[in-house]
Parts: sequence; structure tokens; C-alpha cells
Amino acid sequence: MKEELIISGRMNPGIDPYLNLWHWQIPIYLFLGGLAAGILFFAALYSIMGKDKEMPTTVKWAPFLVPLALTLGLGALFLDLKHKLFFWQLYTTIRLDSPMSWGAWTLMLITPLSIIWVASYVKEAIPDWKWKFAWLESFEGLVIRYRLALAWALLVLAIILGIYTGILLSAFNARPLWNTSILGPLFLVSGLSTGIAATMWMSKDPRERSRLSRIDLILIGIELFLITHLFMGFLASSAVQIEAAQLFLGGQFTVSFWVFVIVLGLLFPAVLEILELRGYHIPMAIPALAILIGGLIFRFIMVEAGQITRYLY
Amino acid sequence: MRYAMAIDTRKCVGCSDCVVACQTENNVPVGYCRDWITETVDGTYPHVELELRSERCNHCDNAPCVRCCPTGASHIVEGGVVLVTHNECIGCGACIQSCPYDARYSHPEGYVDKCTFCIHRVREGQKPACVEVCPTKCMYFGDLDDPNSEISVALRNRKFKDLAPEAGTKPQIFYLI
Ligand code: SF4
Ligand code: SF4
Repeated sequence: MKEELIISGRMNPGIDPYLNLWHWQIPIYLFLGGLAAGILFFAALYSIMGKDKEMPTTVKWAPFLVPLALTLGLGALFLDLKHKLFFWQLYTTIRLDSPMSWGAWTLMLITPLSIIWVASYVKEAIPDWKWKFAWLESFEGLVIRYRLALAWALLVLAIILGIYTGILLSAFNARPLWNTSILGPLFLVSGLSTGIAATMWMSKDPRERSRLSRIDLILIGIELFLITHLFMGFLASSAVQIEAAQLFLGGQFTVSFWVFVIVLGLLFPAVLEILELRGYHIPMAIPALAILIGGLIFRFIMVEAGQITRYLY
Repeated sequence: MRYAMAIDTRKCVGCSDCVVACQTENNVPVGYCRDWITETVDGTYPHVELELRSERCNHCDNAPCVRCCPTGASHIVEGGVVLVTHNECIGCGACIQSCPYDARYSHPEGYVDKCTFCIHRVREGQKPACVEVCPTKCMYFGDLDDPNSEISVALRNRKFKDLAPEAGTKPQIFYLI
């Protein structure tokens, strides 16, 4: 038997007895980042493929959510900072080793580009829209002319953003639950799936919807595959990672993870989407909402559970 | 130059003088601490072994807290000492998440804070406050690159271990066992 105790009464707030430093702001930020990455990825992809006529919601209308999601996400991140007045220090340097730095700079690039992207579709949404200044009109012309280049830039940035939401956590080797490279692809795929869910929900065109829900089914399959591998990897790893996996296999996060993330967030919408593709009438809002809520809960659980896992004491 | 600390677990009595000395020297806010005492009891009564350790930031050679800091506030100075520049820190908490020893905390004023190896004292030729005050003289501080330093001698003559080496950070606080 071995018992280890801190006897001088270390009780640093937020650190002891369990690390409890990151609260709701970080999962919300990761969720909104993933959602934005998902929407932009498919918008850029279908635009590059020249399918903006068949997939109007995907390419043109869903991206209107992106600037909103990114702004709210950055707002959440800002709320998480404890030395807020110095936040500008993020933009005085680029640190390639630091995922936080990558994220800050990616968001700095992708937010204005996404605004430009949706602005170039404003006239299609509101036919008699006039830009206030003449230079905005000519800038719009420029954007429309070079839309393909913009789409490529957004595609690459969306992938970086989606992976980043996972790497932000997986780079911390001090937290055994997070310290797995599967988190990058897993968060990317989950982000793509939430992006598709939001787009599907907005779309009025049955053919666009069925195409999206087919892709979503594949994404859900990949997610289940990655989650299985996540646990296989943990269980075959060191003691601290086995302990981390136990949190989900009988430990305190078992019910919330399997019920809300796996069943409600992945299996249930997958079944509904299959039924829909088989011709049953299912209101799209139900699977879409389930995916979005499942994705959000997944991030909450990962952030909270990860902070509990540790090497010492 | 490589500053490090060796702490004799056979001399430490767990009096917490080092904890109080640090709080006083460094004006650590009430309720916080940069160093702490751990007690490990190993075995089943009556065959038990007790180990006492004074712990703090390990000023790791492969410091994840410095790598993940997005602003460069966490940085390394002479002798491998890891410091935080308060007015560059945004309080994002990445470094706190990255430390396997939970050696950092968020100061009530917002920035992140931790043990500095009392670099302000060391630069003036003094020892860190915790080392200075220890009534059993169980701590050795010095330069590992100097073969005649107190710490090099201590490590040469005794068996020692470090904490959670499996976390890969190459900690620089050594425990004489
Ligand atoms: S002990 Fe923690 S805070 Fe100190 S250098 Fe190592 S990782 Fe950084
Ligand atoms: S909390 Fe401060 S020192 Fe720590 S990683 Fe963020 S900016 Fe760097």
C-alpha cells in the first residue's frame, strides 16, 4: 500500500485538490471553433467543386453563422483569460510550439476571411442591397473574381482550426486523458459533423439535405471508430492513462459520456438519418440538434475529465 | 550553468519552514504556496516506510510550460531557471494545464506565478529562501555543471530520484534517498 499526501496544506485555488482551472468557456470555445471549421470546410469544398448551385445552403447561407460563432468563441476565450488587459500579448509573437498561439493566429486570419466570404453573398440574399462605399463595391467584385483562391484558403484554415481544437488539449502531456494524438482528428471530425448538422438544419432543399446526411453518417462512423481507438490506446498504455480511461468505463463520467455523447449525440442521430434516407419523414431539426448537443457535451466532458487526470498524488 | 536542488528525504522532518520562508520572501498571497511538503507512507503497519519531501517547481530541462505559453511570458533564464514575466502573461492557463507537478497557480491579480528558485537572491550570491531557512539543512542548491558545488557533491555521494520522470519533463529537483 502506498499513500501520498500533501501535509503542508497546499490549497492553491483552482489547482487543489483537483485541477479545476478551465470552466465552461473553454468547451464552448472549442465547440464554436469546431462548428465554424465544419461549416467553412464544406462551404469551401463545394465551392471549389463548383457545386454552389446544388448546395446553396452549404456554400452560401450556413457560412453566415460562422462570423457569429467565431466572435462568440473568441469572446468565451477572452472571458477565460485571467489577465485580460494583457490579451494583446497574444499578437505580439508567434510561437510555433504553442497550440494556443496557433489558435489565436488562425482565428485572427479565418474570422475576417469568413466575413469577406459571407459578404460576397449578401447581394444574393438581399437583392437590392447596396454597399455604402464605392470601394466596398469594387472590393466585392474582386472577392467574387478570386473566390476560388479564397475558398482554398478557407479550406486549409478550416482544417487547421478543426484539428487545433483537439490539439489544444492533446499537447498537454501532464493530463493523461488529453495526451493522445487521436484527439486532433477526433475533434476535427466531430467539428465537421456539427458543421454539417447546422447546415442540414438550415437547408430547405431535400437533395442537399440527403447529400449532407450521407456525409454525416460517414463522419459519425469515423467518430465511433476514433473513440474506440482512443479507449483501446488508453487501455494498452501506462497506468495513468488506464486510470484516465476508467473515468469513462465505470468511473464518474460513464453515464454522461455513454448516454449523452455516444447514444444521444452519435447513435440516435445516425439512426434518424438512416430512416430519413430510407424515405421516412423525419424533421431535420431533431438529428441536427442531437448532434450539436452531443458535440457540446463531449467537449464539456473532455475538458472537465482531463483536468482530473494526473501523474502525482 | 544548470541550477538544481537536491533534497535529503532522510533529513527532512516536514516542519514546513521552507513553505513559510517562501511565502514571506516572495510575498505569496494568503492561501497560496509555491512550495509544499508531501508525505508518502509505503507498506502496511507495522512494516511502513515514511518519506517526507519538500516540493516545488522542478525548473524542468524540457519544460512543457514554456513550450505551450502563447506569449513567451513563461521563459527560461540563466541556469535553466523557468520564470514568468507578469506583464506578458495573459492568464490563459495553458502552462498550468501543462505542468505535471501542479507547481503553478493563478495569482489573484490574474497572472500565473510559481517558484523562481529565488533568482533575485541567487543573483546576489545568496541561497534560495527555503534552502537558507531549513533547520535540518536538508536542501542543497547550486550549479550542476560545477563538479565542486554542494549539489554536485551530494548527488555524487548519494542515491537519488526525481518525481514523475515518466512525464518526460526532465525535472531538476532531486531527492536523496
Ligand atoms: S515543474 Fe511545472 S512549472 Fe516547473 S518547469 Fe516543470 S513543468 Fe514548468
Ligand atoms: S497563463 Fe501566462 S505564462 Fe501561462 S501559458 Fe498563458 S500566457 Fe503563458
